[in-house]
Amino acid sequence: MSAAPATDGRDARTAWLLTAPALMLFVGVLVIPLAMTVMLSFHDWGQYKGIEPVFILKNWHEVATDPYFAEMFWRTFRIALLTTLITAVLGAPEAYILNRMSGRWKSFFLLVILGPLLISVVARTLGWALLFGGNNGLVNKLLMSLGLIGSPLPFMFTETGVVIALAHVMMPFMVLSVWAALQRVDPQIENAALSLGAGPFTIIRRIVLPQIMPGVLSGAIIVFSLSASAFATPAIIGGRRLKVAATLAYDEFLNTLNWPLGAAVAVLLLVALVLIVVGSNALIERRYAEVFR
Amino acid sequence: MSFLELERVAKQFGTQTVVDDFSLTVGKGEFVSFLGPSGCGKTTTLQMIAGFLDPSRGAIRLEGHDLTVVQPAKRGLGIVFQSYALFPHMTAAENVAFGLEMRRVPRSECRERVRATLAMVGLAGYEERYPRRMSGGQQQRVALARALVIRPSVLLLDEPLSNLDAKLREEMQIELRQIQRNLGTTTILVTHDQNEAMSLSDRIVVMSQGRIEQIGTPQETYERPASAFVSQFLGKTNDFAATIDRTATPGRLIAGSWSAPAPAGLAGPVTISIRPERIGFCDAGLAAKIVTRIFQGNHWLFQCESECGAVIVIRQNDGQPQPAEGEAVRLAWRPEDMSLRRAGDAA
Ligand SMILES: Nc1ncnc2c1ncn2[C@@H]1O[C@H](COP(=O)(O)OP(=O)(O)OP(=O)(O)O)[C@@H](O)[C@H]1O
Ligand SMILES: [Mg+2]
Repeated sequence: MSAAPATDGRDARTAWLLTAPALMLFVGVLVIPLAMTVMLSFHDWGQYKGIEPVFILKNWHEVATDPYFAEMFWRTFRIALLTTLITAVLGAPEAYILNRMSGRWKSFFLLVILGPLLISVVARTLGWALLFGGNNGLVNKLLMSLGLIGSPLPFMFTETGVVIALAHVMMPFMVLSVWAALQRVDPQIENAALSLGAGPFTIIRRIVLPQIMPGVLSGAIIVFSLSASAFATPAIIGGRRLKVAATLAYDEFLNTLNWPLGAAVAVLLLVALVLIVVGSNALIERRYAEVFR
Repeated sequence: MSFLELERVAKQFGTQTVVDDFSLTVGKGEFVSFLGPSGCGKTTTLQMIAGFLDPSRGAIRLEGHDLTVVQPAKRGLGIVFQSYALFPHMTAAENVAFGLEMRRVPRSECRERVRATLAMVGLAGYEERYPRRMSGGQQQRVALARALVIRPSVLLLDEPLSNLDAKLREEMQIELRQIQRNLGTTTILVTHDQNEAMSLSDRIVVMSQGRIEQIGTPQETYERPASAFVSQFLGKTNDFAATIDRTATPGRLIAGSWSAPAPAGLAGPVTISIRPERIGFCDAGLAAKIVTRIFQGNHWLFQCESECGAVIVIRQNDGQPQPAEGEAVRLAWRPEDMSLRRAGDAA
């Protein structure tokens, strides 16, 4: 295209024109629905009158005062936090061991860890249900026939079950994140510590762990936000009895048809997550800026 | 006398022998360099001394005690890595203090030794800096201080200066040598830079393909190279064809228009090796033409095309007029400055 000044205006218009489809898509499928959801949360709803487009704080008041919602949000973040802890405690050593493996094994096990990402979350979660689902679960049946347990292990519809299944689903994100941090560690650094007289435990605690901590924390942010907003796994394992924010919003929208209340729950989840993620990210950046930037 | 002793040490990776038949004794306080081209097994040898690799054969002894049975963490050696391997999440002082903490040195003594060692390497006032905020030379000094502060019995340096620019490298060489002299720490330096090896070491171990080519003082290895490899690797060397004519008595060694009385032993075609700085421009001798003349400050470098092929000549810049490019010259040298071998023998 010509770079003459006379055509500058046209160039800018062309640029806008060219990005317009993508921009319209972005506005159309993200910004507008989000804004509408926020507005929806201020509307009124009744069993017989349906949605009334007025501006009231009824839904927000309900969410804020009804202990049911407090318990549900508390449960959502408790599940997310436990899932994050489990993935960190298991995933960080996993990545470390993986990184120390030699060539062929390393690629093989990396594939084993990342492979599940290729399978749908629903399929992976259903796997847990098949193994532990009540009397018919494979593992339960086996253990009961061996006489090791009298009744099925409580897994379905329990918080423990949701946390375990979620941790399994989220593990690759943590391993990848820690793995990336490990790639930046000088391969000779453990030898350096060794030559200075440090034992294996001291090397892990004082040399390796502090260096991969940023990776663990950014992995934790990813896992936490994905777990707190996860739908499929809590829906399948937790079901109707053990609701979290995402499944509750879904139910309000599709079963109760109380869209405004569902919108309030969804918006609250979004805002809380954004605050937590942005806040912890800022904390991490400040803590590690001096050393790693 | 022998402080550190390596006896017929060998290392194999699978079927590949990387170091073979490596025997060396290092005296207390000595500064020894391992010099050789890339991939000749210098780092491997150093890592066996450090204990990060186990030798496939042979023995390593420190003060008469077998070192290979000692854990690397218990060997008490100071090591400076090529990449420095500083702990990035610790300040300079914390890096240096790490080895002392591992030895449970009391806090106050530890602080004092860290301060003194950092001051010794010229980093007083940099205690609270993180490695990322230091220049390459400063990081290198922290790594050196970290290795020295534990008062190691042997200091192992793996190409510690190769990441520095030429000027800084020269400064650090002088400083390293001074520190080593003052502390009297037995030191082994790995390098592929012959100038570094020559200016720093008491003795040089020249290595090639996992084997020792020669062990000697810098002067010995330079002036009496044990093999063609050593003479090629240490400094520049001219190799050109000549013949020994035994038909006349006494026999003569003839290279183009240059000739000298033949030494005893050899006959027929031979190869002459001679250092460029030992060749002079004379009235009679090997006929040559100067192709290029390069001024290098304290000396001139001449690339000549002679009757016997390309020859490099180095002359001190002592103020005398030097021949110009394209000029025809005669090259001559003293027979005792050259070395002879049968033509076709390993170069
Ligand atoms: N873990 C290993 N497995 C197989 N071969 C190895 C291993 N480590 C080193 N080698 C081989 O051993 C040889 C010597 O390696 P080494 O690192 O000792 O060389 P070096 O003399 O230090 O070279 P440089 O000057 O490039 O550092 C090389 O050919 C290298 O490929
Ligand atoms: Mg090396």
